[in-house]
Amino acid sequence: MLSTVLASGFFWRAILAGSFLAVACGLLGVFLVWRQEAMITHGLSHVAFAGIALGLVLNFLPLIVSLIVCVLGSLYILKLKQQTKLPGETALAILSSAGMALAIFLVSLRMNFGVELMGYLFGDILAISPVEVWLSVVLALMVTVLILIHYHQLLYMTFDRETALAAGVKADRLDKILVILMAITVVLGLRIVGLLLVSALTVVPAASALQLARSFRQALILSTIFSLISILAGMALAYLVNLPASASIVFLSLIIFLATLGGKRLSPALKK
Amino acid sequence: MTSKISEDIGQPAKSQEIVRVESVFFSYDGPPVLEDINFTINRADFLAIIGPNGSGKTTLLKIMVGRLKPQAGQVFLFGQKIEDFRDWFRIGYIQQKATHLESNLPISVEEVITSSLYAGRKMKSRPPGWRKERIWQVLQLVGLAGYEKKLMATLSGGQQQRVLIARALATEPEIMLLDEPTTGVDHQTQENFYDLLGQLNHDYRLTIAVVTHDYGLVNKHINQVACLNRRLIYHGQHEEFCQSAAFKDLLAGDHLVMHQH
Repeated sequence: MLSTVLASGFFWRAILAGSFLAVACGLLGVFLVWRQEAMITHGLSHVAFAGIALGLVLNFLPLIVSLIVCVLGSLYILKLKQQTKLPGETALAILSSAGMALAIFLVSLRMNFGVELMGYLFGDILAISPVEVWLSVVLALMVTVLILIHYHQLLYMTFDRETALAAGVKADRLDKILVILMAITVVLGLRIVGLLLVSALTVVPAASALQLARSFRQALILSTIFSLISILAGMALAYLVNLPASASIVFLSLIIFLATLGGKRLSPALKK
Repeated sequence: MTSKISEDIGQPAKSQEIVRVESVFFSYDGPPVLEDINFTINRADFLAIIGPNGSGKTTLLKIMVGRLKPQAGQVFLFGQKIEDFRDWFRIGYIQQKATHLESNLPISVEEVITSSLYAGRKMKSRPPGWRKERIWQVLQLVGLAGYEKKLMATLSGGQQQRVLIARALATEPEIMLLDEPTTGVDHQTQENFYDLLGQLNHDYRLTIAVVTHDYGLVNKHINQVACLNRRLIYHGQHEEFCQSAAFKDLLAGDHLVMHQH
């Protein structure tokens, strides 16, 4: 059975898309958790879901439509946060309910794509098409490269925003870049683990890494490794014991998280 | 010390005037916080900005680093209008004690300093090892050599503040602007801290402006005083300040902390 799996194209496509996404999630997640914006991926996933529904209604590449809707939504969240001085959470809650309502409305227009939509709710990495694989690879690579290019400025403003601003760091521009990258990652994650679990993919590996890391760089590396292990081993596990891939990916990342919590307790030296 | 830093900081002045504040007015949607403020800071000055609570000291500093825009008036940095000024690495800014930092999460001392080295300006090509050397130098200067790999979260308040000084020094600033940098730090650390500033000012001709409520802590190092209470009620030589009416008023109003050191 294993040999037929390994010989199949869709398995390798899933591995390829999953690996690139894992790296993007691992890097981005550390900034999200540190900036206390872990819930933003959850909120954005609802907006992305509305985009998928819109794409299905328009009968035009749902992933692309979703990407556009989600990027616009993410910029709107940022604007809402700045203009209304509402807490970020509230802006998110408003937009995610708007996204979900829009998705439900669109679905009600045409009930016949329920099955396809289910794929985005629960994720279906093994059904990913070649075009989607390349889109995922290119976008995930873009997320990674942009984070690495702006690494020092992002680190500076995450740690000490006021001083970074006084030092000439363009924090507003970086906020925009970061939120757009999140939107892209969420849409890619939607295909792989689905709306319900996409925030787990960005947040859990980063939270695990932050338990152990002794520097920010280490946190980024560990988070990427944890994210890769979760996605790749999660897919393998899904095959072997016939589980939904999205659930086993998230289960694995949670097991890693619990292990890092335990590891931290066992070895107080790591805390220092 | 023959370090690169000392050479850079001690470079002969291109212009003597570092900061000029002209007729600045500022308010936060209400009554004015600052009115008609005029003064200059020249190279190698050590200026203390003092005044009662709510007198606009922090606001003035934030205007000087471009974080707040005055409703009227003009600020010049190194002879350039602040709107056109881009060389922010020439200015080291240190805010009130490290409460604004996200220091519970893992960031090492080395990373705190590196982030400022690469942020905010185009990097020139540097010889290999330059970054490590620079970090070592500035940590040495603030008495924290060997702390490169330590996590910020494990340092004491005083040590964290010294890391921030090191971070500011790493970009070779020509002026340091500090806002009550030692609030909440124990007394001995405060003294050491101001001794360090005094040394930087004296040895490397680093220009310093510090907002403080504890005049007694700084008075042995400074040569200029600006006394603020919405308006600039005194600005000038430190020696003359002690004879001035402003000084006596502040003392009488119990607005001046004068620890005897």
